[in-house]
Amino acid sequence: MLDTTLAILLTVVAAATPLVFAALGELITEKSGVLNLGVEGMMLMGAIAAFAVGISTGSSMLAILGGAAAGMAMAALFALMVLGLLSNQVATGLALTIFGVGLSALVGKGFVGTPLPALDKLDIPGLTDLPFVGPLLFGQDFLVYLSFVMLVVVAWFLGKSRAGLILRAVGESHDAAHAIGYSVMKVRLLAILFGGAMSGLGGAYLSLAYTPMWVENMTAGRGWIALALVVFGTWRPLRAFAGAYLFGGVTILQLHAQGFGFNVPAQFWSMLPYLATIVVLVMISRDQTLVRLNAPACLGKVFVKTK
Amino acid sequence: MLPIKLEPRGESARTVAYFTPLLAVILTMIGGFVLFALMGQDPLEALYVFFISPLTSYYGFSELLLKATPLGLIAVGLSIGFRANVWNIGAEGQLTLGAIFGGGMALAFYEMDGFWILPVMLIAGVLGGMVWAAIPAFLKTRFNTNEILTSLMLTYVATLLLSFLVHGPWRDPDGFNFPESRLFWDSALLPALLEGTRLHVGSLLVPLVVAVAWVFLNRSFVGFQIKVMGLTPAAAGYAGFNQKRLTWLALMIGGGLAGLAGVLEVAGPIGQLNPTISPGYGFTAIIVAFLGRLHPVGIFFAALLMALSYLGGEAMQIQMGLPLAVTGVFQGMILFFLLASDVLIRYRLRFTMNSAKAGQESV
Repeated sequence: MLDTTLAILLTVVAAATPLVFAALGELITEKSGVLNLGVEGMMLMGAIAAFAVGISTGSSMLAILGGAAAGMAMAALFALMVLGLLSNQVATGLALTIFGVGLSALVGKGFVGTPLPALDKLDIPGLTDLPFVGPLLFGQDFLVYLSFVMLVVVAWFLGKSRAGLILRAVGESHDAAHAIGYSVMKVRLLAILFGGAMSGLGGAYLSLAYTPMWVENMTAGRGWIALALVVFGTWRPLRAFAGAYLFGGVTILQLHAQGFGFNVPAQFWSMLPYLATIVVLVMISRDQTLVRLNAPACLGKVFVKTK
Repeated sequence: MLPIKLEPRGESARTVAYFTPLLAVILTMIGGFVLFALMGQDPLEALYVFFISPLTSYYGFSELLLKATPLGLIAVGLSIGFRANVWNIGAEGQLTLGAIFGGGMALAFYEMDGFWILPVMLIAGVLGGMVWAAIPAFLKTRFNTNEILTSLMLTYVATLLLSFLVHGPWRDPDGFNFPESRLFWDSALLPALLEGTRLHVGSLLVPLVVAVAWVFLNRSFVGFQIKVMGLTPAAAGYAGFNQKRLTWLALMIGGGLAGLAGVLEVAGPIGQLNPTISPGYGFTAIIVAFLGRLHPVGIFFAALLMALSYLGGEAMQIQMGLPLAVTGVFQGMILFFLLASDVLIRYRLRFTMNSAKAGQESV
């Protein structure tokens, strides 16, 4: 029984980690007042870039960096469009996803079916060998630990740092922030790039650790779920993080439920994360004061500099 | 700083709005040229294979019209929503439900003859799409839930539902366990429009829908309300337009047309239900809607162009051994370039090479 529980908890962590990265990244982007619907596309580019670098260099660190860089490059394209050319954020985000799905499939064609050893897991003699808590706390891979570090960093940045305060000011009222003398463009550019890098890391986790291979469209809607998690977490890092773990739990239900003898076709189990997303969105959005208090007031609005 | 500045125009330039899709196509061709060169292909030959070769045969031409059919139908429906600021991006799921409802009728009336079977299937398909679009419509109007995320999540659910049906209850009993339904009976198949091709009579619905949509948007009061709601939601509120009703209407039109496209696919070129009935028509139609400037006539031509991107991708795969994903890259590129060029509608470029003075004098 303990073994089963451990197996379940380990898969929850694995399923949650890509969501944690993508959701925390998008949270920062949205807090600056920019809605980037291209998370799915950025994650896919991160996944294929990390995989390609991992295959050709054999270095997992370079692979992770490659994933982050690819996500960031996609985000830079998005920033150029919405900040430089003042394009509609919803449409541009959709374009980014469509483009990312196509480009990652094109680039990844040569990598389909190529195996890659999974990301190394931490191994501290003595600690990792502890029963139950050992593998759970001291036996994860680098990206899992990094996702926890990023949670602390993002929560500290938004809640405690001066730069985080400026970021939130820009998201709440870009005109006021501009009038005080902050560069709305610069803040938003950095927030978009950070979001891209985090999405890239989320994608990298999928192709390096979760299922160490490349499959077309392997994110399977996780980018969109990450977007929903930001709303679910009412734009607060810790809640978004908790949401990611909740979803990790829902995702892996399908893997274990059949083992417990529930005789429901696999397709219905696979629907669960998507249905759960809808349910939580409804639960949060029906409370309008909750959303209005927490959503950045300038989310999705185009900023035009006035003299 | 760049020596180019964006300067707001007094009002949006309509002529530019009709010109930017063309600019986007030209930029996409240049982008494609660079992309193919990077991939080590002869760019000119690649562009010829992609854009021209599919149109050099009678059959290729019929395939163009065939693939433009679902794109045009869905995009007209989506454009009405986009005009009202209703972002239904789950047309792919609504298409799938249309195929399930319509295809379900075909299987229910298997081995039966009758002129009424096809109309029943088409109506069922439209209803299927509407049912699926009713979920985001209800959640949006009742709980204020973002329709972008709900409609998209439902696309994944729809695909899984179809997969369950063709793997389980609707699987062909004589089909060697392949995840496919029976081949539809003749009475449930759309007659061919051109002899020897896959083009079917359902394609005739596209010009009809385009015409009806044009009249609806330009000559009806509800169409006017939809435009106002999209342009200035506040004004629509002051005028007392029922925004919830308009949201419902926009999603019902979008869902119904996507469902129609779905049933036309299974009753036309596919002829049965299988797990992959659409190569992403529901998503590509979003691009078609924008490229057609959310205008029914514009969408008609944009649908033909995007249909060409599918044929071009197939031609590249066959003739040059390139992956089919080229299609997606082209589609993404064209939307990017379109959104980028659209800045010219509201702003004009001013070259500030000499000094800032030039700008001041003109004011």
